[in-house]
Amino acid sequence: MTEWIRPPSLDEALAARREHPDFMLLAGGTDLMVGAIARPAPVGVIDLFGLPELSGVSRDPAGGLRLGAGTTFAALLTDDAVRTELPALWAAAREVGALQIQARATLGGNIGTSSPVGDSLPVLLALDAEVEVASSRGTRRLAYDEFCTGYRTHALGGDELIVAVHFPADIGRRVQAWRKVGTRRAQSISKVMFAASVERGADGTVTLARLAFGAVREQPIRALAGEQCLAGETPDAALAEAVAAAVLTDIAPIDDVRSTADYRRTVAGRLARRFVLSLA
Amino acid sequence: MTESNGSQRSVGDSPPRVDGTGKVTGAALYVDDLPVPGAWHGRTVRSTVPHGILRAIRLDADFDWSQVVVVTAEDIPGRNLITLIVDDQPALVPLGGTIRHVEEAVAVVVAPTRAAALEASRHVTLEVDALPSIHDLDAALAAAVRLHGDDNVQKRLEIHRDDADIDAVLAACDHVVEGVYTTGAQEQMYIETQGMVARWEDGRCHVVGSLQCPYYVHTALKPLLALGDDEVIVGQAVTGGGFGGKEEYPSMLAAHAALASLKTGRPVKLIYDRGEDIAVTTKRHPARVRHRLGLRADGTLVAADVDVLIDGGAYVTLSPVVLSRAILHATGPYRIPHVRVVGRSMATNTPPHGAFRGFGAPQTTFAYERQMAKAAVRVGMDPIAFRRHNLLRDGDTTATGQVLSGSVGSDAVVDALEQALEAEPPTPATRFGTLSAPVRRGRGLAVCFHGAGFTGSGEARLMGRATVAALPTGGFEVRSSSTDIGQGALTIFTQIAAQALGVDPVHVHIAQASTDRVPDSGPTVASRTCMVVGRVVEQAATALRERLETWGRSASSAAPAASTASTASAPPTAPTPAPGTAAGAGAHDVLALARRHLDQVGEVAETRTYEPPAGVAWDDDTYTGSAYPVFGWAACLVDLAVDEDSLEVTVERCLHAIDVGRAIHPRIVKGQIEGGTLQALGWALWESVPYADGRVANPSMTDCIIPTSSDAPELETILVEVPYAYGPHGAKGVGEIPMDGPAAAVASALEQALGVACDELPLLPEVLQRLVAQGGAASIGASS
Ligand SMILES: Cc1cc2nc3c(=O)[nH]c(=O)nc-3n(C[C@H](O)[C@H](O)[C@H](O)COP(=O)(O)OP(=O)(O)OC[C@H]3O[C@@H](n4cnc5c(N)ncnc54)[C@H](O)[C@@H]3O)c2cc1C
Repeated sequence: MTEWIRPPSLDEALAARREHPDFMLLAGGTDLMVGAIARPAPVGVIDLFGLPELSGVSRDPAGGLRLGAGTTFAALLTDDAVRTELPALWAAAREVGALQIQARATLGGNIGTSSPVGDSLPVLLALDAEVEVASSRGTRRLAYDEFCTGYRTHALGGDELIVAVHFPADIGRRVQAWRKVGTRRAQSISKVMFAASVERGADGTVTLARLAFGAVREQPIRALAGEQCLAGETPDAALAEAVAAAVLTDIAPIDDVRSTADYRRTVAGRLARRFVLSLA
Repeated sequence: MTESNGSQRSVGDSPPRVDGTGKVTGAALYVDDLPVPGAWHGRTVRSTVPHGILRAIRLDADFDWSQVVVVTAEDIPGRNLITLIVDDQPALVPLGGTIRHVEEAVAVVVAPTRAAALEASRHVTLEVDALPSIHDLDAALAAAVRLHGDDNVQKRLEIHRDDADIDAVLAACDHVVEGVYTTGAQEQMYIETQGMVARWEDGRCHVVGSLQCPYYVHTALKPLLALGDDEVIVGQAVTGGGFGGKEEYPSMLAAHAALASLKTGRPVKLIYDRGEDIAVTTKRHPARVRHRLGLRADGTLVAADVDVLIDGGAYVTLSPVVLSRAILHATGPYRIPHVRVVGRSMATNTPPHGAFRGFGAPQTTFAYERQMAKAAVRVGMDPIAFRRHNLLRDGDTTATGQVLSGSVGSDAVVDALEQALEAEPPTPATRFGTLSAPVRRGRGLAVCFHGAGFTGSGEARLMGRATVAALPTGGFEVRSSSTDIGQGALTIFTQIAAQALGVDPVHVHIAQASTDRVPDSGPTVASRTCMVVGRVVEQAATALRERLETWGRSASSAAPAASTASTASAPPTAPTPAPGTAAGAGAHDVLALARRHLDQVGEVAETRTYEPPAGVAWDDDTYTGSAYPVFGWAACLVDLAVDEDSLEVTVERCLHAIDVGRAIHPRIVKGQIEGGTLQALGWALWESVPYADGRVANPSMTDCIIPTSSDAPELETILVEVPYAYGPHGAKGVGEIPMDGPAAAVASALEQALGVACDELPLLPEVLQRLVAQGGAASIGASS
């Protein structure tokens, strides 16, 4: 029989994690339950769903938003600070699965799965998010692009838990964008996701640019060539074309059962262009 | 039509579904919910190559087989066949036999739990000498690999309206519109996967499952098990959707479950998981239709020359009948004096394609309505005016020489559509996300017809029967093999019987569709359940009421000595007599009479057999005559918007006016139309079943996309009622027709929006991107 631990506090969760590194960490289960019947049962489960210290939105001492890893997308959607300061994340949350999934699916689970089609993940890149992880040894924070290490892999240690995600204090000042192109409107796996944010100077030039994509490489990525092309410039139609062309060098989409490389590449370029046009 | 008075009125109302509460509360028992004490579980072992000779079935020597039974072709007591139209498909491929598609069943492993059966199945390996294989129509036509005869043609059918040389006629036309239209496979995606339970008792085999046609399974099991009529009993469990997918395929599950139960001596449950269900069961036939249409400069249609190819897959199964319906619909609801249609069903090394709502007609409807859209543009006519100019009307003659008489709603549906168009459109849903692109808009139209009931001589051959009986427990029971698969048959039969008996619907019960309890009413297919079997139910119920009333009048004391059950073929005499109008025969009287009859004489039942209306004659050899007893008619209009960045399509408006004869239960009828329309929009825009070397490449609900409610527009459904004299209360088939038209309307709208020919389905954004890149709307994707 599978052993089931439901720790009442973070300390106890970390202790359980240290003691049972081979146990499955379960949050909402919306990734883990898919196909579970075809896999061997785990030796044990550490059930984190609803753990108070992992849930909810707060502000860290630096003034940035801190989203608990166990916060569901449904909870994010009802949070005013998330809606106003992180509109790109709010929009992404709105499109995860459908209402039933949003009620269970957590931000930490999305990060834990680290799939190239995790909808929140390009947003974390575009908004310079940091992942807070903890073990009974202590706590550390990693920028999301350090945390995610490849196709469904990440830098979480065997005794660690994902605890929260942090955003810069002034994130609300950035212009943000989100667009998911999926297989349909709901319950849909993304073919291309695009998340972006910029800061602009008084003269309208782009002083900071973040362009991120999902589903176009083995992991969510920042389109660095595209960002370089955009930063320091004043958006106009010509710049939009240039950025669109630049992002194509950042991505390496594939053909699979959900879409084609050609479509993903074409749409990725158009979304970047649309974003720059929206700034013009 | 006259209604019976007050409380008994039911036909034309929308009372709560009789199966609704059970389904909503979870009380309804689907096959996997049935308690089957002592049951073991089966898992099918399947081929992994598309073509080859089976040399050996090897069991992993390191695996513990003590709790597993392996069933192979050697365990079949009778003929190793799934009996259908042609005797070509084995239940299990025998050693030395030919494997003709991936996922073909070779063995069934049976174990005490489902997990154990699954695990055991992973320890069976097949030794196969692989053969070259073919997977599409072109390869089948090339016939470098021969799967069926010399040319891979499973069935060829032709329609010739006249003796004219069609090429010469076309050459003389002012305009010839020509196109090639390809459509893809489609998965039924019923919500309940297929499942079956079998057990043996007293030498008889009992099977219960998720199925549409108990007597198809009965017919298939008898020769397989070498049993007689009464030794095989097939019943339907509550069934979660079929759409044709549970028409012929359940015979396969039943065969496997029955053999497994025979060998283990225990009941056996065989329940497919979703991946298996999508990978192995039948889909809509992929098709390619070449269509040439000749017309005069004034827009009058002169000639049609149509070549229809469907991919039948590895065995013949139902493909000849699908092909038949495909070609019979190939020229649409239009007056065309010169017609040639040639249809071929081709063999490939793909799991057999099969029944799916529409049954061949959606494929050819897509072709001819795309043609009509192009033809209207060619002659410079408004699309609606062009259709009206050519529509078949009462008294006109179809391609097979059928003279339409009665219930021809062609103008009525177009009128209704035009009228509805004037209403305020519903507000389209807005897109999510924070970036929005401009859209391109387009409008498309489709007008079509759909033959209701079995094709050609089918209904005459079937002789569908139904019984209505007075129950010892009070009330009445309707016995038919027509199944409720979610479409509302139970409710509609209840309404029809109650009204004919002149009793409140609560006094009518529908018997479980089990072959030991109900007569063969024919299969639950072809938009025939309400129109054909409903009619027979009405006749049986009317006969029973009349018999009770006669008995009550003539012999309140002296009981009649005659037999208590009677059967008759009621020659159809339209219109249906209004029930309860016989003098003095109120509801209470019929119920009380039945009770008295049971007390004094015994049980009483009436059985009736369907007879096609006079004048419905069909010649299978020349393919001429009345292809169908009657047609449904439909007009569909689609407004859509295409996102310029992603080429995602939003259907902003979809109007569908359908002539249903008479809506027995308007809410259920609208539900059928909405569901069918969305299924058709899905086929057009989202649903794709790609095959890789004959294997379904997306066997999961995650990847085998069907539209969700978020993708659906607010469907505007308009019921048009042009009564059919030989249907119950004027009703005619409605189940399939909503599937036919919308895809062509979508394609025409996309063509208008993007300026590229949209002649293939599905029109996924990836396909639109390819079409746009190949030419046409050069500005799509450019700065705007
Ligand atoms: C029908 C359906 C639709 C879906 N649609 C979408 C969609 O549109 N977009 C999308 O991005 N995803 C979608 N998903 C996937 C899934 O809902 C998300 O990835 C979700 O965020 C996972 O969260 P969870 O809490 O359910 O994770 P779980 O399934 O509980 O866990 C996922 C992984 O994260 C790990 N994990 C969870 N919490 C922690 C923690 N605190 N510390 C360390 N590791 C942890 C788990 O061990 C596991 O490996 C869908 C899933 C389903 C079933």
